[in-house]
Amino acid sequence: METYDTVASKIRDYLSQNFLFSDRGFEYEDDASFLELGIIDSFGFMELLHWVEHEFSISVADDELVPDNFDSVRKLGSFILGKQTDGT
Amino acid sequence: MPMNRGVLRIDAAAETERIVRWMKENLRGFHRLGGVVGISGGIDSSVCLALSVKAFGPERVLALLLPDKDSDPISEDLARALAAHYGVTPVLEPVTPALEGFGCYARRDEAIARVFPEYDPSAGYKAKIGLPADLLDAGTLNVFHLTIVAPDGEEKSARLTPRDFAQIVAASNFKQRARTAMLYYYAESRNYAVVGTPNKNERDQGFFVKYGDGGYDLAPIAHLYKTQVYQLARHLDVPEDIRKRAPTTDTYSAPATQEEFFFRLPYETMDLLWYAQENQISVEETALAIDMSPDQVRNAFDDFNRKRRTTEYLREAPLDMADLGDPVPEAD
Repeated sequence: METYDTVASKIRDYLSQNFLFSDRGFEYEDDASFLELGIIDSFGFMELLHWVEHEFSISVADDELVPDNFDSVRKLGSFILGKQTDGT
Repeated sequence: MPMNRGVLRIDAAAETERIVRWMKENLRGFHRLGGVVGISGGIDSSVCLALSVKAFGPERVLALLLPDKDSDPISEDLARALAAHYGVTPVLEPVTPALEGFGCYARRDEAIARVFPEYDPSAGYKAKIGLPADLLDAGTLNVFHLTIVAPDGEEKSARLTPRDFAQIVAASNFKQRARTAMLYYYAESRNYAVVGTPNKNERDQGFFVKYGDGGYDLAPIAHLYKTQVYQLARHLDVPEDIRKRAPTTDTYSAPATQEEFFFRLPYETMDLLWYAQENQISVEETALAIDMSPDQVRNAFDDFNRKRRTTEYLREAPLDMADLGDPVPEAD
């Protein structure tokens, strides 16, 4: 079973490698809003969703595609852990 | 002005005069002799044609009809009637051969068939993409779905992966870019300017194709909410058939309104919400004025913000290193 720290670390790595083009890693707090800070845009969100489903072997329902589940490392990490716990 | 349902009412006669003056001044500034307008039978291009005729005269306006094989035939009928109404001779330039040359249909259909292997346009299947309609109540993020319609009318939908979505959109965008190429062919061959047709909603929320319908010389209604475009249309006597038609993308083979495809709200509602947000009217005052819950208003405002941010790139001019003004490092 993964912990919040391992899930959050994977999310940070994914974002810094695929969206930030930064040599300094993910330089935001875990509560930073991806959308408000321009870390990802709507297409980036589709990419993120696709990666999350494959990386963590979970299936995300349409009504779960809300900012409360996806808009920061903490929200996304908690959402992924919840889905893994539910087995969905 | 306190927020109410009448905030978007304009003096259509005065606004028409203001736009017409602006169009004349800028045409002169560009040293062009007239205007080319692509007309689709929709409200925006119809108003732009009417304004161009007022500004330049019908003999200095060229109305281009640019259908492709997925266009609704009614679009051409309405566009022809519109041109006749304003005394402009229409020119028909179907863009299907150009699009076939680009591989527009083959590339788009390849991606659709990855999602639904039974999809076969030659057998009568149609397709469209769109966003969920639950914006106000669910506030879901913008993830596009693909819908196919079988010859017997049965519909199937699936959420798109980024790869399939991007391929469908990139292939479909050949349509707007091919049309713009043709508009500029006619504009350059007559020393005319291209009159673009985006309204404020399309421009600010990014509902256009960069270097496609986002390419033009003059955009006379880019500052007007859709509701206001309809007010101009009435003043300019745009035929009623066009004024009553639901705004459509007319891009995909299955019929799709602009609301289904992108905006997620009826334009009358969206315009009021957009106005309220632009004018820093509070969520609570807006909700009260237009009979919505604060959560619904908040969901709409959040969606506007996301769309505006996501599409900033579309509105940016190309960036040049020359703009930095820094000297190039010299060799020792």
